[in-house]
Amino acid sequence: MTHPLPRPVDGAGAALPTIETRDLRKNFGAVEVLKSVSFRACEHQVVSIIGASGSGKSTFLRCLNFLEQPSGGEIRFKGESLHIDGAKGGARQRDIERLRRRTGMVFQQFNLWSHWTVLENVAKVPMHVHGVSKGLAEKRAIELLAKVGLAGKKDAYPSALSGGQQQRVAIARALAVDPELLLFDEPTSALDPELVGEVLTVIRSLAMEGRTMIVVTHEMGFAREVSDKVVFFHNGRIEEEGAPGEILKRPQSPRLGTFLSSTR
Amino acid sequence: MRWDVVATAFPALLSAVPMTLQLAFIAVAAGFFLAVLLAVARLSGIRGLSGLAYAYVYVIRGTPLLLQIFFIYYGAGQFDAVRASPFWPILREAYWCALLALSLNTAAYGSEIIRGGLMSVPKGQIEAARAFGLSGMRLFRLIVFPQALRVMLPAYGNELILLLKATSLASTITIIDVTGMARTLASQTYAPVEVFVCAGVIYLALTTLSTLAVQSVEGRLRRRGGLALQG
Repeated sequence: MTHPLPRPVDGAGAALPTIETRDLRKNFGAVEVLKSVSFRACEHQVVSIIGASGSGKSTFLRCLNFLEQPSGGEIRFKGESLHIDGAKGGARQRDIERLRRRTGMVFQQFNLWSHWTVLENVAKVPMHVHGVSKGLAEKRAIELLAKVGLAGKKDAYPSALSGGQQQRVAIARALAVDPELLLFDEPTSALDPELVGEVLTVIRSLAMEGRTMIVVTHEMGFAREVSDKVVFFHNGRIEEEGAPGEILKRPQSPRLGTFLSSTR
Repeated sequence: MRWDVVATAFPALLSAVPMTLQLAFIAVAAGFFLAVLLAVARLSGIRGLSGLAYAYVYVIRGTPLLLQIFFIYYGAGQFDAVRASPFWPILREAYWCALLALSLNTAAYGSEIIRGGLMSVPKGQIEAARAFGLSGMRLFRLIVFPQALRVMLPAYGNELILLLKATSLASTITIIDVTGMARTLASQTYAPVEVFVCAGVIYLALTTLSTLAVQSVEGRLRRRGGLALQG
């Protein structure tokens, strides 16, 4: 999986959607955070989600694996529909857990498990959730740590690592489950500026491998360079989406224009 | 100071140390188990369950341990239902009554310590575990509990020491622990100062050893990756 695969843009070729939402809605009490979001990420696609804070982009990402329970609408993962019944509080637990086992997530605050070594952080989920033997899980974990440049830190605890190193371990942890979809929730927002580069380099290399990824980000350069599609959230809606070369250069909506000029 | 009394009292008091240790350690172990259940009930979010657990903690913490011991030892036999129950052979014995009272008592204090420990586990780490498909008992066993344990260990060590000393109250219901033995010896020898000083020295030694044991466990946990506090 190290050679770049052709990466289709929406509508082109026969790419299958990995995850789709239709009319996805989310309320926190009386506040509508997501208002009818219809979205699609296809196999081998990298989709960046941008937008001001409070636009609903992180909530949307967290709805995709049900860390937030959507209030209504539909999520389809690999063609399987997870119906959301707001009254019953989301989809069925069994379906949610099946979906979660097939996705990997990287958080803004890394969220490594502080009582485990780096190696354990990467190997334990495959062992306990996917039934992989300890020997195999650790062998694979060491490979993944080498890939993110941290093989030498396998016996360290997260508290002994820099933010950038912790985030790279978190990426290795997400890769260890061999996910069909990778979710990144502002992976560089909590990092010191000089550490952003090392993390983006790793994420970029995953994009080159043809991994299906959805990245909520403030890094416009990264979005422009790496993504196949950029989605702009505003007020709980998708305001504009398209190929990065188009919408970032020639935004149609005045709101995206304003947003882009404010982030420059 | 009558050194001859010290010389005979000290070995006699030492012979009662196993009883004191038994009461303390069995009560801490049984109490810990109950405390985990109480803490989980408190945090369950199920109103009836958490209310019940809170009421238990409220009553036990708000009444003296001595009263609780008397209530179980003297009070239980008053009820025909208790005397007719299969538990009567146990509740008739002072030893089991003491153990029961101590366990129920330490469980209430322990549950508050455990509750604090459970609440200290960073939300983000629990969320990450959920995102990777961990849930229920597995999430608790693998992520939540090990981290709560290291936060609550110092406070629980303190509880062990308090309980070790509280076992002396069992002597009021005929148990011959270190204090019970001391009372017997004091009345036999008419030398209460010598006997009780000896008993005090023994308690001091026991609490010192317990403190050292707890500290060594803490040290081992700290070497394993620092305390759970993370930035």
